[in-house]
Amino acid sequence: MRIGVVTFPGTLDDRDAARAVRLAGGEPVPLWHGDADLRGVDAVVLPGGFSYGDYLRAGAISRFAPVMGSIIDAANGGLPVLGICNGFQILCEAHLLPGSMIKNDKLTFVCREQVLAVENAGTAWTRDYAAGEQITVPLKNQDGQFVADERTLDELEGSGRVVVRYREGNPNGSRRDIAGIANAAGNVVGLMPHPEHAVEVGYGPDGADGPRTGTDGLRFFTSVLHGLVG
Amino acid sequence: MGRVVVDVMPKPEILDPQGKAVAGALPRLGYAQFLSVRQGKRFELEVDGDVTPEVLAAALDAAQTVLSNPVIEDVVRVAALEAHEATDATIGSTGAGL
Repeated sequence: MRIGVVTFPGTLDDRDAARAVRLAGGEPVPLWHGDADLRGVDAVVLPGGFSYGDYLRAGAISRFAPVMGSIIDAANGGLPVLGICNGFQILCEAHLLPGSMIKNDKLTFVCREQVLAVENAGTAWTRDYAAGEQITVPLKNQDGQFVADERTLDELEGSGRVVVRYREGNPNGSRRDIAGIANAAGNVVGLMPHPEHAVEVGYGPDGADGPRTGTDGLRFFTSVLHGLVG
Repeated sequence: MGRVVVDVMPKPEILDPQGKAVAGALPRLGYAQFLSVRQGKRFELEVDGDVTPEVLAAALDAAQTVLSNPVIEDVVRVAALEAHEATDATIGSTGAGL
């Protein structure tokens, strides 16, 4: 299974995302922002970082990259797409997901291990989790406060499209503690926390088996691979 | 050489964390009369020639599709920039601005 990982100017976490895909059992395929060719991949990850320096708005310029035109078309046709952090911001700017991210309510960059509740375990990227399961993955962002109007928030809640929610404290002021959402079909998921940084013992957050043993993020990537096989 | 100015502001219902921080700093510096601050963005778009209605229409389109995000921001002004408003002029030097 080939999973594309897109690199924009200013992307930081493309290598970690590719590594997560490999550890999950998939084949990472590098995709370049300036090339509209998706190289026949079975799914796409938009990784974190500060594409175009977050100039204008986070994700606002990347959203018009040639590769995004292809990704928007493919996503509307059902291709699984995961946006992490800056990737989530790009998906919102591209209108594949509703809402937007503004500066953290405390205005400071936040970097910590974050507890999340997986609320929708039926999406292309979360089917290997149990609904209601709590996981811990790193969170690091500047513009991470998810906002949308009340009607949109009610729609997201009512249709089960809140995928992950912050637990044990809201780190950035996001409306209704929302950390990640999905589109109506469940193939497009965006979240601010970083599952790709919690995929390998020795490098992840602290886990039940000791310091740095947390690998709670890996199942985002196994989920999509199992879905593709199925 | 004409210039179009585009002003973008955070929507009223969206909390503006930057404006709030500035509003918190002002009284500490002795400016107690400002009750609140909202921080927006100003763009200046330069064109070859005059600012025609077509240029303004294109600027409005760009303002709504790229320069602002309608989920969180409003475009509050799209207008030809008058010579006396040019930002390279020293504020107050002509008496026009202040």
